[in-house]
Amino acid sequence: MTLALELNGITKRFGTLTANDDVTLTLAQGEILALLGENGAGKTTLMNILFGHYAADAGSVRVFGQEIPPAKPRAAIEAGVGMVHQHFTLAGNLTVLENVMLGSESLLWARSAKAKAREKLMQIAERFGLPVQPDAKISQLSVGERQRVEILKALYRDARVLILDEPTAVLARPEAQRLFETLRDMTKQGLSLIFISHKLHEVMAASDRVAVLRGGKMIAERKTTDTSPEELAELMVGRKVQRPVRQDQAIGAPVLIADQVRVDEKGETRLNDVSFTVNEGEILGIVGVSGNGQAALGALLSGLTIPAAGKLTLSGQDIGQFGPRDMIRAGVGRVPEDRHAEGAIGELSVWENAVLERLRTPEFSRRGFVRHAAGKAYAANLIDTFDIRGATPDTRTGLLSGGNMQKLILGRCLSIGPRFILANQPTRGLDEGAIAAVLEKLLTARAQGAAILLISEELEQAVALSDRIQAIVKGRLSKPVAAHEADAQKLGLMMAGIWQEDDHAA
Amino acid sequence: MRLERRGDVPLRIIIFAPFMAVLVALLIAAFLIAAAGVNPLTAYVELLRGALGSRLAITEMFTRATPLILTGLAAAVAFRARLWNIGGEGQFFMGALVTAWIGHSLALPGVLGIPVLMVAGMAAGAALLAGPAYLRLRFGVDEVVTTLLLNFIVILFVGLMIEGPLRDPLAFGWPSSVPVDRDFRLPDLIPGTRLHTGLLFAIAAAGAVWLIFARTVFGFETRAAGLNPTAAAFAGVSLPRTLMGVALLSGALAGLAGSVEVLGVTAGVTTTMSPGFGYAGIVVAMLAALHPAGVVASATFVATVFVGADAMSRATGVPSFIADVIVALCLLTMIVALLFATYRVRR
Repeated sequence: MTLALELNGITKRFGTLTANDDVTLTLAQGEILALLGENGAGKTTLMNILFGHYAADAGSVRVFGQEIPPAKPRAAIEAGVGMVHQHFTLAGNLTVLENVMLGSESLLWARSAKAKAREKLMQIAERFGLPVQPDAKISQLSVGERQRVEILKALYRDARVLILDEPTAVLARPEAQRLFETLRDMTKQGLSLIFISHKLHEVMAASDRVAVLRGGKMIAERKTTDTSPEELAELMVGRKVQRPVRQDQAIGAPVLIADQVRVDEKGETRLNDVSFTVNEGEILGIVGVSGNGQAALGALLSGLTIPAAGKLTLSGQDIGQFGPRDMIRAGVGRVPEDRHAEGAIGELSVWENAVLERLRTPEFSRRGFVRHAAGKAYAANLIDTFDIRGATPDTRTGLLSGGNMQKLILGRCLSIGPRFILANQPTRGLDEGAIAAVLEKLLTARAQGAAILLISEELEQAVALSDRIQAIVKGRLSKPVAAHEADAQKLGLMMAGIWQEDDHAA
Repeated sequence: MRLERRGDVPLRIIIFAPFMAVLVALLIAAFLIAAAGVNPLTAYVELLRGALGSRLAITEMFTRATPLILTGLAAAVAFRARLWNIGGEGQFFMGALVTAWIGHSLALPGVLGIPVLMVAGMAAGAALLAGPAYLRLRFGVDEVVTTLLLNFIVILFVGLMIEGPLRDPLAFGWPSSVPVDRDFRLPDLIPGTRLHTGLLFAIAAAGAVWLIFARTVFGFETRAAGLNPTAAAFAGVSLPRTLMGVALLSGALAGLAGSVEVLGVTAGVTTTMSPGFGYAGIVVAMLAALHPAGVVASATFVATVFVGADAMSRATGVPSFIADVIVALCLLTMIVALLFATYRVRR
């Protein structure tokens, strides 16, 4: 068996932090290896060393038996290692072909060079089963297609080892499945693959072997057929974790009702004829591929946009015209989609972020002056109640980990005892431990009678938490289905918009 | 080489940064002084002596620092909210003009008149910045352009007024506006010098700005909106109201600078009464890292350079324009210093 890649005893320290501690990893030719680990486990550092972005303090990298010099990005690429980043590095205003050529060919494309490149690209596309239109502009492609271009770009540079960083982070379920089928085919052509992930079901479905990193150390290696998701979760987190699951409970009166709501943004209709009801003690899951109107729905319920048509009521009160502050006052708790952009201000301290939403209430200000002591006491209480680690009221919020920042936002939202909670992708990018904590809190709020709208791109999560589920497709909502009736296939069809055809048939 | 964001910028680095910036700026300026054929060390000693070498020099330096503190605060307040107010100079002149105009014929006793005139000057400055702020909110017009260009319009307007309706008939053709009534002149802080009680108002203004940002709801929301507008809006902060509030406060501070300069020093308005107080205020604010207490210190430094440069020029023959060069260099080096304060260089 030939080894495509060997990382030997890699150690990398940043100041006092050891990001990689004597990590050894091998990849056989034609193998798919999953590199599993929580955020901060050292996956990215390891890959950056492999690619020469960082110089390791100790250890060596070999590609097909050849040692490659440290801290030379070109060397790794020339040795045949390609990387597909989580965030694409494509120029939107150039064509597929131009993007593929970019960086490996001269910038002054002669016509003949371009023709040659096109031929090579088409050959590769054919050989690996990655169909593309070479002259399409990147900006016109879907996310899945863009990823295909990223892969082609690496293959064009004669990559024989391909590393994919969280390749499914941006893909919907069917697209992800298709990607993994393609990857499997590619290994038959002699390619060797590493994909980085923290999603267990993917790892189980798509890899031959799993390597688990935790705290910078290589904790375990398993053949995928010899392990289970439970074991991997435990290895990854270091203790047993169980994602909480909804318990059946009686559902109360309607709290939030949207009736034929339309939302326009910059002259385009983002939500059309959207109707849903969220009841007391109920979680309504909204599933869908990203970019189908989730952002507009989130903005609407956060009070950032107002409906162009239709009605939005909270316990009978019309809240259509409400701004963020009115929403909070009316008892709407909001967990935004992007905690760094919307949820918290990194440069402010924890207590300042904690009180920001309700700064103008008598609790936190009097006659235009902020009540510091009250704010800090409140934050200290939140830190305690919501187990926000590594934080004091005066800690700069940007220093918190993603999970702890999310706990802060969730705590701020739940401490008002909300009647209705908008939870927009509440666990995106969090590790297993933090996911469990966040979901637990949401379920507790549900048990206490809050009505919750959960916008999620993760089907398992939506099914495990929601009482009912609606799919969002191109700004429209499907009819709700009860979660216990929703299997993956049915939801898949809903998310593909098949229910719309049902309507026509009926 | 790459830049890596520091986790938390320690206070000592923030305090250290302006000193480094000034040092490097003086070092660069030393080459220019040497090019003028003078030993830079001699020149700098003369500069320091001219600004701090005698009691009179020091009072003169603080007289110059007074408007700089206020225009520095004006810039610091605006920049914190990412309102790029480059129009301090225009707001200064507007405040000065309105103060002189009303103060010439106001029938009030001095104790009442002085605050009324200051408020009038503040209102004039605030009104001048309200326009660009409104245009930015309503139409997205870049306030850098509007505030900068308004400076020239205002100075031409001042010229028009002091040649015309507000011309001082007793000034013998010297273009100056009518002076404020003698009752309204700010009392001297140290008798026999030009140093007036305006300095105390300026320092009090710095205290007030600190209080606003550190303690009030408005200041809190302004900081939040300046750091991350999206998150602030999500949390219910009204961005338009915050921006307009900041514009009014910033304009008022620059207007107060003009008002205080008229009441304390010039009595009437001339088009040459400001050696660029409004523009220098931007440097003052940057050197202070936008902190009100720092503004008082950096205004003192800039005033030292301005006042000292004249003495240096007399003693060594280096043109006094070197003061403008040093101040401008400080702005550039401070921006670089701030970069190194927030980022760490990594290979």
